[in-house]
Amino acid sequence: MENQPYNQAIVRSFVNWSIVWGLVAVLVGVIVSLQMVEPDLNFPPYFTFGRLRPVHTNAGIYGWGVGMIFATFLYMVQRLCKVPLWSDKLAKFQLWFFNATIIASAVTLLLGYTTSKEYHEMEWPIDVMVVILWVVFSINIIMTILKRKDEQMYISLWYMLAAIIAVAILYIVNAAAVPVSLFKSYSAYAGTNDANVQWWFGHNAVAMVLTAPFLAMFYYFLPKSTGVPIYSHRMSIIAFWSLIFMYLWTGAHHLLWTPVPDWIQTLAMGFSIMLIAPSWGSVFNGYLSMNGQWHQMRENYLVKFLILGITFYGLQTLQGPMQAIRSFSAFIHYTDWVPAHIHMGTMGWVSMIAFASIYYLVPRIYGRELYSIPLANLHFWLILVGQLIWSISLWIAGVLQAGMWNAMNPDGSLTYTFMETMVEMYPYWWARSFGGMIYMTGLIVFIYNLWMTAKKGGSIAAQTTVETTTVEGRA
Amino acid sequence: MWERKPVLLIVLATVAILIGTIITMVLPFAWVNTEADRIESVTPYTALQQEGRDIYIREGCNNCHTQTVRPLVPEVLRYGDYSKSGEFVYDRPFLWGSKRTGPDLARLGGKYPDAWHYKHMESPRSMVPKTNMPAYGWITKNQLDPQMIQRKMDVLGFPYTTDEIKALGDKNEMDAMVAYLQKLGSDIPWRAAATTEIVGELINPFTGVDHDTMEPWEDLYKENCAACHGDHMEGVIGPKLVGADYYDEILFQIIYTGIADGGMPSFSNLGTDKVWKLVNFIRYYGQGEGH
Repeated sequence: MENQPYNQAIVRSFVNWSIVWGLVAVLVGVIVSLQMVEPDLNFPPYFTFGRLRPVHTNAGIYGWGVGMIFATFLYMVQRLCKVPLWSDKLAKFQLWFFNATIIASAVTLLLGYTTSKEYHEMEWPIDVMVVILWVVFSINIIMTILKRKDEQMYISLWYMLAAIIAVAILYIVNAAAVPVSLFKSYSAYAGTNDANVQWWFGHNAVAMVLTAPFLAMFYYFLPKSTGVPIYSHRMSIIAFWSLIFMYLWTGAHHLLWTPVPDWIQTLAMGFSIMLIAPSWGSVFNGYLSMNGQWHQMRENYLVKFLILGITFYGLQTLQGPMQAIRSFSAFIHYTDWVPAHIHMGTMGWVSMIAFASIYYLVPRIYGRELYSIPLANLHFWLILVGQLIWSISLWIAGVLQAGMWNAMNPDGSLTYTFMETMVEMYPYWWARSFGGMIYMTGLIVFIYNLWMTAKKGGSIAAQTTVETTTVEGRA
Repeated sequence: MWERKPVLLIVLATVAILIGTIITMVLPFAWVNTEADRIESVTPYTALQQEGRDIYIREGCNNCHTQTVRPLVPEVLRYGDYSKSGEFVYDRPFLWGSKRTGPDLARLGGKYPDAWHYKHMESPRSMVPKTNMPAYGWITKNQLDPQMIQRKMDVLGFPYTTDEIKALGDKNEMDAMVAYLQKLGSDIPWRAAATTEIVGELINPFTGVDHDTMEPWEDLYKENCAACHGDHMEGVIGPKLVGADYYDEILFQIIYTGIADGGMPSFSNLGTDKVWKLVNFIRYYGQGEGH
C-alpha cells in the first residue's frame, strides 16, 4: 500500500504555482496600499487603484487560495482514499489551465474588462474558463473518491465534496450575464436583486473557498503533524452539517441597511450569529486535539502555524457575526475596519493553514527535509507581526472614522466633513503598508527556504525514488 | 451511512446548501423589482449616461465609492435622502460597493455643476487639497464609439434615438462620465424636498470680530469654497465673491442651504457655527476690508 504510485509531481507543481500567485497577490497588495496614501503612484490607464485592487483580491483568492486547494486536495484525496489519482492527464491539464486562467484574469482586469462584482470581477470568457477548470478538478476528485480503497470517508473528504458542489452553484449563478461583446456583459439581474445575488455569492465564496477547504486541510494536517487523532468525530459531524447549512443564509449581512428587504437582512443577521457554533466547533476540536500535546507548540514549527491559524479562524468567526449585527454594522460598515477583518481571515487563518500544509508536504513532494527550521520560525513571526500591524492599525482607523462620520454638533449638524475624516486615515494607511511589507518579507523568507530545500541535494529523479521508498513509508 | 456513500453525501450537502439559497436568494425575486418597488420618476439611462456608467465600472470607481445611502441620521445628513429599491431597477450590475475610501455617490447628481466635475476629475487635488483620488484627465482623450454604445443600449433594452447615438461621435469619455455622475440619485425629487428651511431670526454671532480672530477661518474657506470661488475669491467655477454685497443672513442662507438650480451645494453639514464663520470671513475679505 505505501508504495502506491501516488502522483506527487502534480502536488509539487500546484504548490509552486500557488506560491507564485501568492507573492503576486501580496506584492500588488502592497502597491495598492501605497496608492491609497500617494495618489501619484497611480499610472493610468492600466495601473490605477481601481484596476489593480481586483488583481490583488483575485490573485489572492483564486491564484493562492484556489491553487492551494488544488494542491492539497489532490494530495489528500490520494492518501485518504488510498488510491492514486483517477486521471494524471486531467490533473496535468488542470495545472496548465489553472495558470492560463489566472494569467488571463490578471491581464483582462488590467485592461479594464470587469463586471465590478467583488471577487467575481472577471468577464464572461474567464468565467467560462473557471467553470471548465472547476469541472475538470471536480471530476478527478469525485472519481478518485468513488474508486477509493478505504470505505469510510474522513471528514476532510466531506468538506471537499461540499465545497466542490457549492462553489460550482455559487459561481455559475452569480456569473449569469448577457454578453455585448467578447469582454463586456451586463448582469442578468438588476439593482437590488443583483446586490442580493452578488452577496449570496460573495459571502459564500468566503465559506466555500476560504473556509470549508481550509478546514479540510486543518482536519488532515493537524493530526498528521501532531501524530494524534482529532478530538471528536461527533463534534466534527455536527459542525460540518450545521456549517454548510447555515452559511448560505448569511449573504445579506453585507447589505444591512440597504434597500434589500428587511426580512432577508434579519435572517442573515440571525444565521450569522448562529454560525459561531459550528465555527467554534472546529476551533475547539482543534484545541482539544492538542490535549497533552501543547508542548508541540514549542517543538514543532508546523503546529504553531496550524494552531495560530485556527485561532485566527476563531477570532474571525466571532468578529464576523459581530459585524453582522445591524447596530454594529451601522457604525462600522464601509470603513477600514472591514478590510482589517478580511485580512485577519486571509493572512491569518487561510495563509497560516496553507503555509503549514506546504511545510508538511515539503519532504513528501521535494523528497528532502526542509532547508532551515529557524527560517521557518522567522517566517512565522514575520507574517504574524505583519498581519497584526495590518489589521490592528485599520481596526483603529475604522473606529476613528466611523466615530467622526457619526459625530454631530449640538445644533444637529455634522461635526466633520468627509475630507476631515479621510485625512485622519493617512497615518493608519501608512502603518498598514508597513505591516504588509513585513508580511511580504516573511513570504520572501518562506520562498527562499523552499528554494534552498529544492536546490540542495540530487536530481529530480533521485528525489522521486527517495519519495516513494523512505518518506512514503513513514507518512 | 453517508460517510461511506459519497454520492449520498453530495446529494445531502446540495440539499443543505440549497435551502438557505432558495429562501434568501431565489424567493426575493418575487418581491424585489416588482410593481410595488416601482418609482414613476425613475428612468433608464440615456446612451451617454450608460456609457459613463460603463467607464465608471471599467475604472473600478466602485472600489472606493459606494452608491447607497442608509436610513441613518448622520448618513442622510451627509449625503441626502436614503436609497430606495426602485431607484436601481435599471442598474446592471448594481454598484452599491462595500468601502467608502471616498464619499458615497448615490446622491451626487445635481450637487455640483458639470464644470466642477470636469475640473475635479482632471486634477482632484486642485479642488480637494488632501484627497487621495487619482486623476482621470486622461479619459478626455478617448472618443466614444457610437456603434458599440448602440449595441449596449439594444442589449439593455433602453430607449434611444438615432440622433442621440449620432451625437455621441463628438463626445469623449469624460463627457459620458460627467453625464452619468449628474444622473446619480437625481431621478427622485429629493433635493427639493430636503431643502432646509430656516425659521426664526438669523443673528450673526460673530458681528464685529477682528482680523486676528478671523485669520484661522481662512482654512475653512480654502477647504470648502476656494475650489469654486478661487483662492482670492476671484471666482473660478462659481462667481467671484470680491465685491459681492450680501446681507449676513442672506449669505448664511445661501451657504447653508445651497442654490439647488444654481450649482451651489448645501454646506449645512458644516454646522451653523462654521457657516457663520464663513459668512464673516467672506464679508470681511470679499468687500475689500482685509485686502
